[in-house]
Amino acid sequence: MKNYLNATHGLRSWLLTKDHKRIAVMFLIAVLISLMLGGVFAMVLRLELLTPGESFLDAQTYNQMFTHHGVVMTFLFMIPGIPTVFGNFFLPMMVGAPDVAFPRLNLLSFYLLVVGAIIMLVALWFGGVDTGWTFYTPYSTSSESSVALAVFGVFIVGFSSIVTGVNFIVTVHTLRAKNLGWLKLPLFVWAIYATAIIQVLATPVLGMSLLLVAVDHAWGFGIFDPALGGDPILFQHLFWFYSHPAVYIMILPAMGVVSEIVCTFSHNRPASYVLIAISSLGIAFIGFLTWGHHMFVSGMSVFDAGAFGILSMFVGIFSAIKVFTWTATLRRGRIRFTAPLLYFFGFMFLFVFGGMTGIAVATSSLDVHWHDTYFIVAHFHFIMVGGTLTMFLAACHYWFPKMFGRMYHEGWALVGAIGVIFGFIFAFTPQFLLGNWGMPRRYATYPDQFQWLNVTSTAGATILGLGVLVSVVTLVYAAFRGPVAPRNPWGSRGYEWLAPTPPPVHNFDAPLEIKRGPYDYHQPE
Amino acid sequence: MSAPATQHETADETTVRRLGVQFSDLAKQDHAARFGMWVFLASELLLFAGLFALYVAYRIKYPQEFADGVHHNALALGTTNTFVLIISSFTIAYAIHMLRKDRPRVAFWLLITTIALGALFLVFKGIEYSGHFAHGIFPGQLYAFAEMPTDGARMFFTLYFFMTGLHAIHMIVGLGIVIWLAMRVWKGLANARYHTEVEVGALYWHLVDGIWIFLWPLFYLTG
Repeated sequence: MKNYLNATHGLRSWLLTKDHKRIAVMFLIAVLISLMLGGVFAMVLRLELLTPGESFLDAQTYNQMFTHHGVVMTFLFMIPGIPTVFGNFFLPMMVGAPDVAFPRLNLLSFYLLVVGAIIMLVALWFGGVDTGWTFYTPYSTSSESSVALAVFGVFIVGFSSIVTGVNFIVTVHTLRAKNLGWLKLPLFVWAIYATAIIQVLATPVLGMSLLLVAVDHAWGFGIFDPALGGDPILFQHLFWFYSHPAVYIMILPAMGVVSEIVCTFSHNRPASYVLIAISSLGIAFIGFLTWGHHMFVSGMSVFDAGAFGILSMFVGIFSAIKVFTWTATLRRGRIRFTAPLLYFFGFMFLFVFGGMTGIAVATSSLDVHWHDTYFIVAHFHFIMVGGTLTMFLAACHYWFPKMFGRMYHEGWALVGAIGVIFGFIFAFTPQFLLGNWGMPRRYATYPDQFQWLNVTSTAGATILGLGVLVSVVTLVYAAFRGPVAPRNPWGSRGYEWLAPTPPPVHNFDAPLEIKRGPYDYHQPE
Repeated sequence: MSAPATQHETADETTVRRLGVQFSDLAKQDHAARFGMWVFLASELLLFAGLFALYVAYRIKYPQEFADGVHHNALALGTTNTFVLIISSFTIAYAIHMLRKDRPRVAFWLLITTIALGALFLVFKGIEYSGHFAHGIFPGQLYAFAEMPTDGARMFFTLYFFMTGLHAIHMIVGLGIVIWLAMRVWKGLANARYHTEVEVGALYWHLVDGIWIFLWPLFYLTG
């Protein structure tokens, strides 16, 4: 059988491909490399923090290291992670299309990401950028390091994100199969669609703010420099106008994966399709109105802080709608316990815990106490990283048989999942306590009494790292040596499983005929 | 001009040449192309929106200095440029109309006129910039304008250079696109039956024009 993997041969046929599935696989490799790289930087930080004093890093190198970790994980793993890999591979299949609307732009998006990533990494590594991933002014515009080059790299990566967003929006609008109405779209498509809207509308604002930092840094434009009449707080406003919605660029696709997995493995319809779909759009919308909660201590009026706080809590309402709907979906389902479902439970714990602490830090009086401490670090790692990483790995397992035509080893996958979930909880729960006791973030040293919690955190991070490693090795091994997968190993009703395994170049042998919804488990197939 | 061969291909030949495998028909593909450009334009709008927000913030901080800065800018040159761009938007729109009427030669010359007007805009912009430089008006720390030695005036002119400069970069990209379109029309690759790329390119040109319509009052009129 000819499929997308063996239809043509040679490196050139991959590097110049316009097939969304091959592009998705190339993105997968790029994103996994970023994850490994960011993980190594994280482990270096955690090892340094084993002891209260400076051990093998000086403070300057430590600053560079957490900048490397933040920039790589944010811009090269979490933002592109799920959309470029699984969005690319499965969004066209889920709408019954042979490809995305603009295949050449799709390939362009990949190379923009690669070029941007290389520029960024060169600037980070050789230029010693030490500003943190947020590039806050005035430090970023006065720092001696290669800030201008680094933000130029981020700008290019942002372009890649916009191109992908445009492509997905147009694909959903114009390439749905006959009879595939909006309310028959798989929930993953809704999630990627909502994400794409944020990518298109928020990324340019980040690009602009970073461009301003670059001209300030390189040519002394002084737009954010108080000495030249500028106001550094304005940078924070512009930056968070993007970077808060960017949190939803990371988490919405993860929520889409959750919806697919929970339905497939409970063999049940979502408790409410409409609520899950609408709450995605609700989060995408409200996410544009909450950026001020990052700036409660930057000199903000009490009224503004209150308004931003309340708007931020609305996100909690939409998220709770999802959490309750997913939980209700499990009820009276025929549950099949697999690694993806274990990741789902891990996601639920991390997301609910991270979300509840999110409500807490949205309260400005409390945030004043926790701001810039490890409490915030723990909060956003739980909700963003916990949510995105667990669902990225879950998606890797769930769709693996369709993507590569082989089955992974369930036992080893469960071992990896347990490592990831428990490692994560061990790594970041101590950080909530550390932050609440007053340990500030972004310092290489700390008072002695914080050591035992830091040691616990490092131990957890090690388990987390090993868990990811076990999962990746399990999957890479399965890609070459795993048993051949059937067309639909999970008995899913999703449209993507109707295609042959692995899918042929144009996805379906014949145009997809939509006779039922993507979650019609109550009807016989 | 000799009539190129492709102008006389049949509807089926156009379809075979143009239709991507993912689309069922050309009409849908054309719709996708136009729609994609609209979505991209929304993104472009947000790119400038951040700058407009900055302008508002700094204008509230430095109201008098900004008003003085607007007065110092050459109203005549800025206004002339506004009309140059509006006319260029008209000529490119009319080029599409002429393509639809199956008059590609007229369309070609209208595109050439658009290019000439766009280039004229950049020439005027360059004259304006050199006038500023002559007075010592540079962005940021290089600012050395003796008449208005304030932080507010410096910020006004820094934003002026950044925003009009970014607009000029968009103009140059737009010119590249229109030159490419003119070549397509010359070769007969865009014709009465198939001219989506001209429409899509024109959308981008209109956006660049539209942004200038907002820059014009901010930097020339509201003194």
